[in-house]
Amino acid sequence: MSKNPIELSYALDTLYLLVSGALVLWMAAGFAMLEGGMVRAKNTTEILTKNIGLFCIACLMYYLCGYRIMYPGDGAFSGYFPGFHGLFPNGDNTLSGLLEAGEDAAVYSNLADFFFQVVFVATAMSIVSGAVAERMKLWSFFLFALVMCALIYPIQGYWKWGGGFLDQAGFVDFAGSGVVHLCGASAALAGVLVLGPRKGKYGKGGAINAIPGANMPMVGLGTLILWLGWLGFNGGSQLQISTVSDANTVALVFVNTTLAAAAGGLLAMVTAQILLRKTDLTMLCNGVLGGLVAITAAPDTPIPGLALFVGGIGGMLVVLSVLAIDRLKIDDPVGAISVHGVCGIWGLIAVVFTNEEATLGAQLAGVASIFAFVFIASSVVWYVIKTIIGLRVGEQVEYEGMDIHECGLNAYPEFLNKA
Amino acid sequence: MNLITAIIKPFKLDDVRDALSEVGVSGMTVSEVKGFGRQKGHTELYRGAEYVVDFLPKIKIEIAASDESTQAVVAAIQKAASSGKVGDGKIFVAPLSQAVRIRTGELNDDAL
Repeated sequence: MSKNPIELSYALDTLYLLVSGALVLWMAAGFAMLEGGMVRAKNTTEILTKNIGLFCIACLMYYLCGYRIMYPGDGAFSGYFPGFHGLFPNGDNTLSGLLEAGEDAAVYSNLADFFFQVVFVATAMSIVSGAVAERMKLWSFFLFALVMCALIYPIQGYWKWGGGFLDQAGFVDFAGSGVVHLCGASAALAGVLVLGPRKGKYGKGGAINAIPGANMPMVGLGTLILWLGWLGFNGGSQLQISTVSDANTVALVFVNTTLAAAAGGLLAMVTAQILLRKTDLTMLCNGVLGGLVAITAAPDTPIPGLALFVGGIGGMLVVLSVLAIDRLKIDDPVGAISVHGVCGIWGLIAVVFTNEEATLGAQLAGVASIFAFVFIASSVVWYVIKTIIGLRVGEQVEYEGMDIHECGLNAYPEFLNKA
Repeated sequence: MNLITAIIKPFKLDDVRDALSEVGVSGMTVSEVKGFGRQKGHTELYRGAEYVVDFLPKIKIEIAASDESTQAVVAAIQKAASSGKVGDGKIFVAPLSQAVRIRTGELNDDAL
């Protein structure tokens, strides 16, 4: 019996979405390595626990609650307030159903869509952990992750990807410079402001002290893992590949994503060399990620030359932003607010240079509503957690390291001074 | 007898060891240490913020030498450990009142 051609394209697009989702899942490894390398040795086990733990919480909460809020289908209350929809109440697609639907037929499995979405919420949450590293209580962080993945992320995600008011206003955010990256950075900024800087980061008389990370090989590895995973993040967001035009767009997205990362890294290196006299590896890595975040808003429309421009400006902005945010005494050990927030905003605005359908008004409305909502909602949640169980570990714990106090084991016991 | 303590740059250890063998030194004690001299370390930048590298890694060599050989040993270390740049280190000589070889109980010059 010969197969209907629709079966082949359905299988291909489902496979494409699943593999892309798996690549995005791998970004969690990138974040874990990056953050694990940028903290001090005494806080390594704890930051890895946060990264893997938040991933587990994100998957669970998005399954129980998040996805049903973000994609309410016809059940939404309004463009601002999503509804709560059952998770595929009619089960998955069938061949006869697809044939009946004709032109409007789904192109991939419903559950593949869920899988692809669930790894995105985990990415947004991973952004937060780095910014609040080395001083936040483990379980206070997990409590925030729970609310973020169940409510905050899905509500603003609905505004764009669920068909809410930002989507209707013509806001363009292809793979999530706003929905994922600016969202994560806004929650991170709120957390850092409520939490305060690490002890010893800012001294008397306005002194800004460096607190170098313990493991640069991990920082390098994490950055390259993120770069790889980002191909799934952006490439998969085309959602299908089984037609000539979709396949071409996916290829363009891969090329633009890579070129933007390269330009971001290069310009961050040059900027660091000029401003700081040396080529700081952590700035190069932040620059690569800044380029990636910037192109994520629209990797499908620019010609490759324009992608270089979008990513390059992103890389330069990262270095300037890291320096500026430090001067403001906002302590972000890994630069997450600069990479995901500042470059996310730049990427969303840069869409107007590459996509004729985008308007500056809609892009700014998207930036403003995502930032304002996530920042305010997160601030409230952070404050509530602070009031109930506290956010910060004690001074003694911070001095001796979170590893031994929160997790009971050190990352590098052989190298530890018996002090 | 004198106790000669030399603080040198780590990468000069092999040269110093060879030079000491040539002047007949048959034993030494080496430790990895940290410290600073007149330069008081130096500053570096990490993500735009300054930090001071105030203790630099050095090698400490300790040698017990007879009165007759002391100057030759000091001269050998000084020559071999010198790179002509700041941070080459120092050599200290202090009188040594007694030496004992643990296995045989021999004393002083016989124990060296």
